[in-house]
Amino acid sequence: MRTLEVVETGPLALIQDLGRPGYAHLGVPPSGALDVPALKLANRLVGNAEDAAGVECLFGGLRLRATTSCTVAVTGPSVAVEVDGRPVGSHAPVWLAPGQVVTIGAPATGLRCYLAVSGGITVDADLGSRSRDVLSEIGPAPLKKGDVLPLGTPSVSGGADVVLPTTAPAELVVRIDPGPRAHWFEDAAAGLAKTWTVTAESNRVGLRLDGPALTRGNEYAERELPSEGLLTGAVQVPPNGLPVVFLADHPTTGGYPVAAVVRQASLPALAQARPGTLLRFHSSTRVWNR
Amino acid sequence: MRWRAYGEHAALLDCASLTETIAAHATVSAARPDGITELVPGARSLLVVENPGSGALAAVRELLADADLEHPPEGESREITLDVTYDGEDLELVAQDAGVSTEDVVRLHTGAVYTVAFTGFAPGFGYLTGLPEPLRQPRLPAPRTRVPPGSVGLAGEFTGVYPRVSPGGWRLIGHTRTVLFDPRADRPALLAPGDRVRFRSAG
Repeated sequence: MRTLEVVETGPLALIQDLGRPGYAHLGVPPSGALDVPALKLANRLVGNAEDAAGVECLFGGLRLRATTSCTVAVTGPSVAVEVDGRPVGSHAPVWLAPGQVVTIGAPATGLRCYLAVSGGITVDADLGSRSRDVLSEIGPAPLKKGDVLPLGTPSVSGGADVVLPTTAPAELVVRIDPGPRAHWFEDAAAGLAKTWTVTAESNRVGLRLDGPALTRGNEYAERELPSEGLLTGAVQVPPNGLPVVFLADHPTTGGYPVAAVVRQASLPALAQARPGTLLRFHSSTRVWNR
Repeated sequence: MRWRAYGEHAALLDCASLTETIAAHATVSAARPDGITELVPGARSLLVVENPGSGALAAVRELLADADLEHPPEGESREITLDVTYDGEDLELVAQDAGVSTEDVVRLHTGAVYTVAFTGFAPGFGYLTGLPEPLRQPRLPAPRTRVPPGSVGLAGEFTGVYPRVSPGGWRLIGHTRTVLFDPRADRPALLAPGDRVRFRSAG
């Protein structure tokens, strides 16, 4: 069997594909790669279908040994990639001979790199996906030293692609639309347009922000919100007024108002927002209060 | 009912009551217009997500505008019976606050037919509505850090079963051995919105 062996994991290495959307009504989060374009690109570079499972590697430190020849590619922010100590670079297909070890360094900017391997990682799927959901603990456990990852059958051709390594900016502008409970706040648009800081409590469930707390309108000051559906990109504001931007492993329902919703195109950048990143929300909608 | 925008490809329907929510969910479930990717009921709302460009949101709006929510379609609602051993840590407390005996608590809890209104909190956790009035009681003042899987609890207008070990603030009245969630099963979650549930005392 074609396999990859885990030599080192770094802070957190998770198997991810494009997740398991469609089960929110059963309480199952969508999960999947946080930086979707990066995983898709890595897969294309090694000749896989875009939805094949790869490794989402938080802040580098991942080392994998090939037991058979295979092709790997690392994407996400620019990052040092080595094969047996020899630099090979990211965002390009790299051929590994049996026994060779590929190492992903810590990215200079951003947080999450994606490693795809020819044939994809073929651990058993849960609800149609091999993604690890850190909230529900569904899907393959976080990688640990000594794990042996089964690989699928590679396709014949490797990939060619237009490759633009991303640089995560220190100050991020996030496009939003008004959320279903924007009217609960005094001026949600103005409040969210201020500068927020990504905190260290952020994870795959959500980005937790610090900054000038949003205040509720008088009518809604003491109001309890009956639990309602949540989506990836929902900007939920708990009673402390500090927004949480939900990411792929978000709870499927919640009892705090959602003031805004992040546009899909702005989601990948959130996957790369380190603690300390400054963030501003921008909306092109003029009238928010309904 | 009122629709509220929820990002680029979704909308949230505000409902006046839990009953209206369940009726709206049943109506959309029965018709299931093409292109709906998620249909997530809440306690007073229904979230609809569409495949971009499918027109499913417009179809759902139209469907609900014309629907008779007093008489929602029965649909394919299943009926599930859960065998429960009524030995929960809070059984006495619940009986006290209800002003009845623990036997009466069991009689009340097993005597009702419940509907899965919505899910959340954990995969397979259903919020079941239909709780008899005396059993509608507040959460514990401080949640337990560890509630065992299969625990049957109640809080406010809902009763439910914890699918797995988790923290929890519901008052516990018993436990079931039935598996509520198994990601490898053909039907991963035993309870889905709209399902009818009965509890039976396993002695």
